[in-house]
Amino acid sequence: MKEQLAKIKAEALSAFAQAKDAAGLDALRVKYLGKKGELTGVLKMMGKLSPAERPVMGQLANDVRAALETALEESGKKLEAAALELRLKAEAVDVTIPGQPVSLGHRHPMYIALDEIKDIFIGMGFEVLEGPEVELAVYNFDKLNAGEDHPSRDWSDTFYFDQDSRVMLRSQTSPMQVRAMETRPLPIRVIAPGRVYRKDEVDATHSPMFHQVEGLVIDKGVTMADLKGTLNTVVEQLYGAGTKTRFRPHHFPFTEPSCEMDVQCHKCGGAGCPTCKGEGWIELLGAGMVHPRVLEMAGIDSEVYTGWAFGIGLERTALRRFKIADMRLIFENDVRFLEQF
Amino acid sequence: MKLSRKWLNEFVTVDANDKDFAEAMTLSGSKVETTEDLGAEIQNVVAGRIQSMERHPNSDHMWVCQLDVGKGEPVQIVTGAWNIHEGDMVPVALHKSLLPGGKKIEKGKLRGILSNGMLCSLSELGLDERDFPYAVIEPAALLNDYKPLDPEKPSIPAGVTPGYKIYGAVKAVFVTSVENLGDGRFVIHCDSGGTYHTVTTTLANIHAHDTVALDTDREHICTLADLHAQQAEFPHCIPDGIFVLHEEGVQPGGDIRPVINADDHVVEFEITPNRPDCLSIIGLAREAAATFDVPLRLHDPVVKGGAAGSLTELLDVETPDPDLCPRYTARMVRNVKIGPSPKWMRERLRSMGVRPINNIVDITNYVMLEYGQPMHAFDYRYVKGGKIIVRRAVDGEELTTLDGNVRKLTSNMLVIADDTRAVGLAGVMGGLNSEIVEDTADVVFESANFDGACIRKTALALGMRTEASAKFEKGLDPLNTLPAVDRACELVELLGAGEVLDGVIDVLNHVPQPTVLQLRPDKINALLGTDIPTEEMQAILKRLDFGVDGETITVPSWRGDVEHYADLAEEAARFHGYNNIPCTLQRGETTRGGYTPEQQLERNLGAVCRSCGYSEIITYSFISPACYDKIRWAPDEPLRTSLKILNPLGEDTSIMRTTALPSMLETLQRNCNYRNKSARLYEIGKIYLPGGPDGLANEPKMVTLGAYGEGMDFFVMKGAVEALLREIRAQDVSFQPCSSDPSYHPGRCAVIRAGGEQIGVIGQIHPLVARNYDVDAELYCAELSFDALLAAQGPGAEYTPLPRFPAVSRDIALVCREEITVGALEACIRRTGGKLLREVVLFDIYRGAGIDAGSKSVAFSLTLRADDRSIVAAEADEEVQAILAALEKELGAVLR
Repeated sequence: MKEQLAKIKAEALSAFAQAKDAAGLDALRVKYLGKKGELTGVLKMMGKLSPAERPVMGQLANDVRAALETALEESGKKLEAAALELRLKAEAVDVTIPGQPVSLGHRHPMYIALDEIKDIFIGMGFEVLEGPEVELAVYNFDKLNAGEDHPSRDWSDTFYFDQDSRVMLRSQTSPMQVRAMETRPLPIRVIAPGRVYRKDEVDATHSPMFHQVEGLVIDKGVTMADLKGTLNTVVEQLYGAGTKTRFRPHHFPFTEPSCEMDVQCHKCGGAGCPTCKGEGWIELLGAGMVHPRVLEMAGIDSEVYTGWAFGIGLERTALRRFKIADMRLIFENDVRFLEQF
Repeated sequence: MKLSRKWLNEFVTVDANDKDFAEAMTLSGSKVETTEDLGAEIQNVVAGRIQSMERHPNSDHMWVCQLDVGKGEPVQIVTGAWNIHEGDMVPVALHKSLLPGGKKIEKGKLRGILSNGMLCSLSELGLDERDFPYAVIEPAALLNDYKPLDPEKPSIPAGVTPGYKIYGAVKAVFVTSVENLGDGRFVIHCDSGGTYHTVTTTLANIHAHDTVALDTDREHICTLADLHAQQAEFPHCIPDGIFVLHEEGVQPGGDIRPVINADDHVVEFEITPNRPDCLSIIGLAREAAATFDVPLRLHDPVVKGGAAGSLTELLDVETPDPDLCPRYTARMVRNVKIGPSPKWMRERLRSMGVRPINNIVDITNYVMLEYGQPMHAFDYRYVKGGKIIVRRAVDGEELTTLDGNVRKLTSNMLVIADDTRAVGLAGVMGGLNSEIVEDTADVVFESANFDGACIRKTALALGMRTEASAKFEKGLDPLNTLPAVDRACELVELLGAGEVLDGVIDVLNHVPQPTVLQLRPDKINALLGTDIPTEEMQAILKRLDFGVDGETITVPSWRGDVEHYADLAEEAARFHGYNNIPCTLQRGETTRGGYTPEQQLERNLGAVCRSCGYSEIITYSFISPACYDKIRWAPDEPLRTSLKILNPLGEDTSIMRTTALPSMLETLQRNCNYRNKSARLYEIGKIYLPGGPDGLANEPKMVTLGAYGEGMDFFVMKGAVEALLREIRAQDVSFQPCSSDPSYHPGRCAVIRAGGEQIGVIGQIHPLVARNYDVDAELYCAELSFDALLAAQGPGAEYTPLPRFPAVSRDIALVCREEITVGALEACIRRTGGKLLREVVLFDIYRGAGIDAGSKSVAFSLTLRADDRSIVAAEADEEVQAILAALEKELGAVLR
């Protein structure tokens, strides 16, 4: 009997190891460990043993059973792992096949540029104002210190709706300065982006409709140093920390002193190159201290309050930001263009 | 405004190189656009004296010259030009030299003979005859260069011998020797067959051994014109050749650039319109002096005068429109000798981009550049009655201006007239009828001050903005007219161009009062954020010729732009240096900043459009009136009433849009034309409706969607609109069929409502409209009112507990008449469903076998659930039965 058990153990272990799949292994389990299995058969003969042999044999038989069960479990795990491996192999996909397309629309590049500017100013406590594009000449010119004879009032430069040149398409966002000063409580910190119109034929750098962003700060004790500090902060956020700027005297009827702000050419670092037309600097925006007369016309006491304002052309900013060579693309809205942003 | 730095240095000594000069001037407020070194393109070109010249052994037209270029050894150069002679001083481009246009000269062999460079013509140096009128070359007809047009029939036989009679007294003569007088004249010794002649000529191409035609009666050597010959018959006898220099003080080997003024540097400024005083050399010199803090050297013109006659008897000036002519100053010059102006004057004009014409005209231009005061010179003999009247033109009056154009004038324009007619357009351009010509004897110099606006409007109306009008329109200093006219007369005397009459006619209609301001240094520093000492401010203003008496500042007459303490602040700031003003961050009360709810909604709507695959577009606010026809609006459609631009760029951009649809359709059309297979676009933009406050427009925003191409149909676009409505949590949303919108397909169009209010319209664009835009594809659009969307925003999100008990679902397929809409069925289900009904989802519409024609099967999936318990099947069935009963009763829809 001892030999029988040893033989079964040896045979069974060998068979388990060679089992090809789960079904085969189960058949072997039945063959050796089942109710009519070989080990059970041997155990049935236990009764014929002497009482002295019985515990010894019983122990032996139990050991064999345990060994077989362990081996069975191990083989089962091995087979399972092999089967899983096979399945995973079969399920492999070509990961280079393109994904299921999700088409997202695109923000217009000019408004991307505008959003960047808006976000910077909002972070500094500015509000965003909107106002009429069909505007009174009084707001577009007179209250901005551009009198009756100012050349930009000519019909060759500005679009009008009446013979008296009273109602017009605003030629700048600056009338929003006046509207802000007339309607809003002090202090004022606003930007006013929007469409403006001038009588320019369409070409690579001109359009009869374009966009500006106006900015205005009015408070007690506002200085030109504040103007410089604030605009420098804006430029550092737009073009990166350490971007060099310079301020040049300029002229606008509604600011005094007036300036233009240049940024050092990013291409040549100021040495002069085609991008900056050899100047080393790129003109960015116009700004200045609000003219005391403009404050007074808007009903603000210029002895108490001062302010500064700026205006930036959005098209040129976007063109530069995205290296777009021709302004016409901005208003053409070709999807092949729009999808690049 | 161009500035010759040589000219500038007459008034102020600035040694800075161009780059430093440009930088400093730009930062003090005179923006430099470009700088140009006139000699940058000329290198290693020197003056050389021709020591000897021989005919080229291997060529019938070239000369081999030996030149003294100051190096001891002569330099050999081969040339094809015939106008040079031994002793001439000529420009020599040496080996490795550079000429204008980037032309490089190196030594080389010409027909086997070494040439160590090139002799230069005027044009090779970038010049022309106006720069050096004496360098005009007139050639003789050299008979040895004669090539008959028809070899069979020569006009002059080959191998003519001296004495051959060409016609009349004109005979062929053989040149035995040529003497170069060195002043552009030559003494020719020649032989007409035994008779010897000596002739002095300026014809420059004659050398020993040439044969020329001599008119023996007139002792005149014949030109091509004398022989009635064509250029092709004498191919080398051309009016071109080497630039032979007749300049004082030029030495062999000397740099050619100073000789031809190529040592000047020209700086071009962008002058802002408030600074017309800087449109002059003196104005810029004042700025330069203040910028570099060096003295300004001004010059007071001195006129000797003394010509015979009395100015007041000869000339009378009337100004019947004093408001348009604040000042009129005039002087007179007699016995004028018209001729070229001297080289220095021509050079300065050329550097500044002005073409020299003659001494009198050049003087007016010179003074205009120097003083910034436009001048005009009339021929006195055409001023009838000796009277100048500065008056408004008569409507319809005509004047032929100097450019030869006939101008039709109006009474808004100012003319300079005599007793009978206009002789000039005041401040813009002179008249052809009083132009300075060769035989002009008496000249009137006008130096006047005209109303800027009048001049600007005149120039604009006539489309003739001139150098003079561009200055006048900005408002000039009336005190400048007198020094300017004196300067012109001084120059006349300096040039010996005529005799100046004593006295000045000066009509002063408006005496300008100087502006006096208080300095207020504290206020200026408070405005700038600086601590500029009062003394520095005063010093800056003094440098600019302001009167400074303590804190009382007198503004100079030419600074009409300075009227306010803020203007003084700018003067102080720009010379203290804008870049020396510190940078500080804003202080004071903080403000909240941020977006308004409207702006936030606009951002959200845009984001939803993009997440639905629609890209943003920007279109023009103005459209063509024809657009309303193209979208098939009825002739009496009230929205056709648009704001009309009275001076549009063109009809296509002449009215303000009252609908954004045409802009979207044009964009779709353009994308179709570009063969883009599909496009999904949106715009959030304004429309402009008449009737706003103050005669302005109401400018509501529209959200417009437009699309075409694969995968696009009504329901795809409707999905995007539904997404927008979900984003704003709109309630009671409905889409109602609409067949009345003329722009849309009558069977594929819906009016969108939320909470009973109309939000907009969606649909397929009517095929006739699509055809109007030349598009074959199906176009889909939706137009939503931004304000309506804003109003339709539902309450903010609030959490509803997640269901704790299972739901029961029931699918029902209903058969109904075709005209019963899904919306009606769904509405009926929702209305009659009890509290348990939680969801109604359409999942199928079927037509065909098993369903009668004219009917359809519509299948819904219903979800029923209670919040407090699991419901049983019987409950659900009871509820569904109630719904089915209502559907049958109300809509005739029965369970399939």
